[in-house]
Amino acid sequence: MAAGSTYTPIATTTLGSAVASYTFSSIPSTYTDLVLIYQSPSAASAPYIGLQFNSDTSGSSTNYSSTVVYGEASAGSARATNNYNVRVVNNANQANNMMTCSIMNYANSTTYKSVLARNGGATYGTYATAGLWRSTAAITSVVVYGDSGNLASGTTLTLYGIAAA
Amino acid sequence: MAHLWSSCIVIGAITAGLLSGGAAPAAATSYESISTITVGAGGASSIEFTSIPSTYKHLQVRMLASFSGGDWTEIKLNGDTGANYTYHYLQGNGSAASAGGGGFNASGLGVQFSTQWGGAIIDVLDYTNTNKLKTVRNFGGYDANGSGFIIFSSNLWNNTAAVTSLKLQKSSAGTFQQYSSFALYGIKG
Repeated sequence: MAAGSTYTPIATTTLGSAVASYTFSSIPSTYTDLVLIYQSPSAASAPYIGLQFNSDTSGSSTNYSSTVVYGEASAGSARATNNYNVRVVNNANQANNMMTCSIMNYANSTTYKSVLARNGGATYGTYATAGLWRSTAAITSVVVYGDSGNLASGTTLTLYGIAAA
Repeated sequence: MAHLWSSCIVIGAITAGLLSGGAAPAAATSYESISTITVGAGGASSIEFTSIPSTYKHLQVRMLASFSGGDWTEIKLNGDTGANYTYHYLQGNGSAASAGGGGFNASGLGVQFSTQWGGAIIDVLDYTNTNKLKTVRNFGGYDANGSGFIIFSSNLWNNTAAVTSLKLQKSSAGTFQQYSSFALYGIKG
């Protein structure tokens, strides 16, 4: 039956300067899904923002990949990428960028980890991503990573945990 | 309405508490877990949430699953297997985007999965309102390292009945694999 505090904040930060990455560490294993919200009023120097888990910095096409469908201007398109992170923010070098993503069943040790993300801004496009970390390890840390650049000063990152019955 | 999975009612109050520097306040129980189903050994061709309480405003299903073979997940409400569902979608397969829709049929439209693990978030809006046809929104997909699938869809159930059960099933033979998990949440309004 219903549980109290099902959707619970774990941690939040607002960056005081541009940084290459920010880490949420020691994530409790007591939730089912994680939800990360990214909001950046200023343009990042990184064109993409990605997620790495448990300090896994494996090289391209080894452990991380993403499938994206998006709309820019008047056209829709799609792409699939292999990278050393799950790219969850596209066009991060645009101002007023917002992203929400779910890291599904993050604490289980039997399946690869799936990420669903949406990001966009009114002036450039909207994006949806399905990502995969090919590891069965329970996620204990999440690195929000500037891919080929930095996160912008003033970026707010908030991590929530969603519990299941 | 903003997508429920990114704008639950409780977020504003919780964030304010965090930014004040104090200990995180106890979250208001606006978003509650109702039931969780995890597929056991041998797999399952379908899962169903039954006896859904009528005390919420909206429902949300969050799932992580894979199939024994790639196929669509269909959503059925209140056991209705008739041609009472219609849908529109936007999807991408890693190299091309497409959109489409269908008239009233018996399948509705869910999310495509494969033997790769993927996730989906399904919202059933205003599910107890007997003055409205029911709207279901899906967002989900999977990645397969160089390919994959992601979809948004909006579905209509041509029925004003309050939703009391929700079934997820494959559109053809095959099963949800062991460890596939489905969690049902209620959102108050």
